[in-house]
Amino acid sequence: MNAAMQRFNSLPTAVKWMVYALLGMLLLTVVQSIGDTNKLTSAPISREMLRWALPVLLAGLGGLFADRSGVVNIGLEGMMILGMWFGAWGALEFGPWIGMFIGIGGGGLGGLLHALATVTFGVDQIISGVAINILAPAGTRYLSQEVWGSPTQSPRIQGIGDWDVPFLAGGSIFGWESPDILLTVANWEWWFISDVADFGRGLMRGTSLLALIAVALVPFCAWLLWRTRFGLRLRIAGEQPQAGESQGVNIYAYKYAAVIISGALAGLGGVVISSPELSGQFLEGNSGGRGFIGLAAVIFGNWRPLGILLGALLYGYVFGLDLKDLDGSASHALLLLNAIALAGVSGWAITRRRIADGAFAGAMAVGAFIWWLVSESVPGWWSNILPYVVVLLVLVFFAQRLREPAAIGQSYRRGGN
Amino acid sequence: MMRKVAATLAAPVGALVLTLIISSLALWVFGSNPFAAYGDMIAHAAKLETQVDIWNRATPLYLSAIAASIGFRMNLFNIGVEGQYLIAALVAAQVGGLVSLPQVLHIAVVFLVAMAVGGAWAGLAGLLNVTRGVNVVISTIMLNFIAVSGFMAWWVQAWQADLREGETLSSTNLGTTPIEDSGVLPDITSWVEVFTGDIRENNPVSGMLVVALLVGIGYFVLLNRTTFGFDLRSSGMNPFAARAGGVPPKRMIIIAMVLSGAIAGLIGLVEVFEISKFRPNQIQGLGFGGIAVALLGRNSPLGMAFAALLFAFLDISSGILQQTETASQEIVKIMQGIVLLAAVVAYEIARRFRERDEARATAEALTEGVAA
Repeated sequence: MNAAMQRFNSLPTAVKWMVYALLGMLLLTVVQSIGDTNKLTSAPISREMLRWALPVLLAGLGGLFADRSGVVNIGLEGMMILGMWFGAWGALEFGPWIGMFIGIGGGGLGGLLHALATVTFGVDQIISGVAINILAPAGTRYLSQEVWGSPTQSPRIQGIGDWDVPFLAGGSIFGWESPDILLTVANWEWWFISDVADFGRGLMRGTSLLALIAVALVPFCAWLLWRTRFGLRLRIAGEQPQAGESQGVNIYAYKYAAVIISGALAGLGGVVISSPELSGQFLEGNSGGRGFIGLAAVIFGNWRPLGILLGALLYGYVFGLDLKDLDGSASHALLLLNAIALAGVSGWAITRRRIADGAFAGAMAVGAFIWWLVSESVPGWWSNILPYVVVLLVLVFFAQRLREPAAIGQSYRRGGN
Repeated sequence: MMRKVAATLAAPVGALVLTLIISSLALWVFGSNPFAAYGDMIAHAAKLETQVDIWNRATPLYLSAIAASIGFRMNLFNIGVEGQYLIAALVAAQVGGLVSLPQVLHIAVVFLVAMAVGGAWAGLAGLLNVTRGVNVVISTIMLNFIAVSGFMAWWVQAWQADLREGETLSSTNLGTTPIEDSGVLPDITSWVEVFTGDIRENNPVSGMLVVALLVGIGYFVLLNRTTFGFDLRSSGMNPFAARAGGVPPKRMIIIAMVLSGAIAGLIGLVEVFEISKFRPNQIQGLGFGGIAVALLGRNSPLGMAFAALLFAFLDISSGILQQTETASQEIVKIMQGIVLLAAVVAYEIARRFRERDEARATAEALTEGVAA
């Protein structure tokens, strides 16, 4: 058993994550079969999952850069709102592609403001972030009123386009329509195999190019932060700034770069929200606090890009499922999934001799299971709060295993004072 | 002494001037006359009924600021005032509407329920922090979502679903069961009229103003005249020293969070008492507004009072700008945001100047001592 585990651990990260993904799909399929629903692994759900995960993922990657340089960026929400507005404005004025870059720039501007306040002037990072979160929606409201004559919305905007993956999801290559392999497999209706095909096809058909960019940013950010000199120095700024300084690293410059990149990524998240992928226009309040969720995804993901992706997908899944689940059967089946997950946490805690944790998680697992048994459907508030309860529970059980950058939140002054 | 007063005032005055410059630019760029807009705002604020509106808005903002600042004083960022006050007001209004009691008791029940719910909601974040090490910023943000987009949104949906089966929408059935008069804190219009002359009848001065003043005084006494206040401040300034001095850090966190949430529970009562119920379009954003007021007022009871009045003045001014159309009313929110950001930067710069002065004074005193 141990030998097998060791061999598994020595596999490349990408392979390991694919195994995890398949195990997750297996769990979903099992729950779906027991839970009397057909939604958990369907293509519309995976499509919704991806849509709603994108802004959280981008805000999360933004939070990653700032945190890794030692600057807490609670202003992600405000920077995302700037991205929403400038992205919509740019798309209306100059077309969707240039609009995207203007949106990124708008978010970056918010990042610059945060860097100026926290790095140059040494303002408390939470305070500056809160101020930006108040300033950004006020500013975009004013601009909307002056530019579009309505404080809350813009005209409809165009997106940068969609894409079907060739062969797998029937995308066309130079006008030639390739076969839709996943659809064929999904139609066989084989247990698990067809479920995986259908779920995967939802991610690959009608996929926004923005989604491709966002997902491609995950390995890119990992490479930039852990495989380049720039990334190493950026992380030094967040771990041991004095040590970096003694090696001649300009800590201020790296913090500035990190926080501006952070704002730019959150801005791209805002562009996604305003794009036809989600809203199709600038709409006040449509950020819906997803900058904050991105912040939570950073902690959930233990300050790692893949972990952040996982957290964002989990949020997107729960949120999207609720939207598509009009009869409530999927939300009900999700209770069973909660019970299984909590039972897993309980077992994990007990093997690590954390008996109290194990008992607590176990009790909640039993509670969720009994609830699932005796009820026909779940009340509306339950699916409303589930994404946030999951974040809280993850923190409750795993907060002590997380490792944040050592110098996070500290105000750094050159010369040690 | 004069120098010290000047140094204290330099930062907020500088921030205010910077705000005026930037918002004037913003107005001018889009073709509005900033001076006409400011003139309208000031002329409007000179009227008695506007001043009543300003006090009625400053009251919840001040309470919200005190709630936030209790946490800030010990570096505990309670971002969740928003959720705490909304859920507290919802539950308190519902309970107040369901029970029927003699006057003083009925009002007391509404107050106690609001403070207990607010305190419990915030206390949960404190509990998660001391038992599991969960970051307070994240947990209070999540609890905000659970309260506002979870429970409150669900309550509004459920209430609308009830309504569809027969009833028609009107101002009488909007929101929770109305609280009987015995449970509503009376307004203090007649007290104020002694000093001001007649206030129009549909514009009462909220009785919560008195509560807010009492809370402000209580906060000042607690902070500066009690051991608990000393422990609170020392935990914020240097947690390690406080711990070495015998202040139990975990207990302080729980107490501070519960106290903060209990005060937050009072915020929504201003509106609940005004209309005798909680309605779906209850004013939101007072929690985040209060955080801004606390930061602007530097967590001091007096400073926060001025900051609350400033924010209330700006909030209320949006109405007159909409009427006269000298400028778009959204400018007031920009002014709030800029004054906040400018103030926190100005405070930080002032602090550095002060530290440098102190360091120089110490150095001079030392050299003089050596020379003598």
